[in-house]
Amino acid sequence: MAKQFDQRKETEYSSRDLETGCVITDPGNAARYKTGDWRSQRPTWNTLRCIKCGLCSLYCPEGCIAPNAEGYYEADLYYCKGCGICSRECWTQAITMIEEEE
Amino acid sequence: MMTGKRIGMESSLGIAEAVKLANADVVAAYPITPQTHIVERLAELVANGELDAAYIPVESEHSAMSACLGSAATGARTFTATAGQGLELMHEVLYVASSMRLPIVMAVANRALSSPLNVWGDHSDVMAVRDTGWIQMFAENGQQVFDLTLCAFRIAEDPEVLFPVMVHLDGFHLSHVVEPFYLMEQDVVDKFLPRFRFPLALDPDKPLTAGAFFPPGVYGEARRAQDDALRSVRPVISRTWREFEEISGRSYKPVETYRADDARVLLLTMGSFSETAMLAIDQLRERGQQVGLVRIRLWRPFPFTEFRQAVGNAETLVVLDRAISYGGPTGPVCAEVKAALYSEPKRPRIVSYVGGLGGRDILVSEFVEMIEKGTALAESGVEEELLTIGVRV
Repeated sequence: MAKQFDQRKETEYSSRDLETGCVITDPGNAARYKTGDWRSQRPTWNTLRCIKCGLCSLYCPEGCIAPNAEGYYEADLYYCKGCGICSRECWTQAITMIEEEE
Repeated sequence: MMTGKRIGMESSLGIAEAVKLANADVVAAYPITPQTHIVERLAELVANGELDAAYIPVESEHSAMSACLGSAATGARTFTATAGQGLELMHEVLYVASSMRLPIVMAVANRALSSPLNVWGDHSDVMAVRDTGWIQMFAENGQQVFDLTLCAFRIAEDPEVLFPVMVHLDGFHLSHVVEPFYLMEQDVVDKFLPRFRFPLALDPDKPLTAGAFFPPGVYGEARRAQDDALRSVRPVISRTWREFEEISGRSYKPVETYRADDARVLLLTMGSFSETAMLAIDQLRERGQQVGLVRIRLWRPFPFTEFRQAVGNAETLVVLDRAISYGGPTGPVCAEVKAALYSEPKRPRIVSYVGGLGGRDILVSEFVEMIEKGTALAESGVEEELLTIGVRV
């Protein structure tokens, strides 16, 4: 049985490789989907303002914000879609969205 | 060979009997004229314990089909029925059922669409769901409705098929008419239709994702795979009908003919009007005319080979549509027929008639008129985009 979207790119599958009904039999493979491709802005943290409260990580709809080794929060840019909710909700205004081009 | 006792019963109740004999696990349906008697009877059978099934009284047809998705995805034998506007309301969910390969069986008591409001029969609802990816077949009388419903479960659940099936019966003209039936014994049905194990069933020990997101890089491949799969089920349908013939003595084919062998002129019909058309054929045969009838039983997947064989030797083919494709080429059935024959080196001249809309009868004399005028028109070479029969123009 062919595995859906194993380590191949989606464009490497022919119609014959797909499971009946296009079901996906390896659970959790959505984690490989790079939603970071959608981003036009990314969040940056000002560690002088950040009080490590973690609200940004609670609000992040992608669940991609986590503390680093020093306890400051960071977005995983593989998944971050650049929605800006973290920046909007940060009550110490520690998060600034910057254009990807910059 | 006809087994069992011959009884009289309304066609709608005959379907309910078939669903009971099939021992369906779940019925999720919303009542709508002219389908109501089917689900009313099923609700009764469940309520009084004659059918051990869950009856889900939903709030709309959209919910009915959605509940059927969930039910079928667990591997439960699932039935529903609808008609006309109800079929339209479940429209978007129909595609999900076929692309997720859920073996749901649905009876459709064919009904006209609003507006103007009309609860009677025609094929406007069928044609609107033509491309939803369901297997679709037409019944002409009560016995066929019963037989095809039983066969529909077996076809849908065949591991080589796994597609939902619609059984079409004309609203009122068939759904509400008392017909003679040979029912079948439970043990015979059980052998024909054993319990099945849905290979894609939801199972906590074997998790899978169904109906997932397919981006542009692979969506086309998914669609191609689905079409290949639907086209490949035709031999299974024919095989199932042959097996059904062995236990019932009643035979079904994707394309059926009546007095067509040496016919120069063929009439094409689908559904219950075929039986009236046969009377017209008999009348014309008595007058020595070489005419015959072709009926498409399997509407999807379209039986191209059998159809071309059935009409290949005729000089003229007169097609009756019971739906209009507004502003389009002829009636929808005729347009398909023309497409199916376009590449044939030898093909009949084709004339398209639309009639029998919104429950209007087509009389035997009108079938005769269609054949005679249609033949003359075909010989004249004049092509009209829309010819109607029995409509005051």
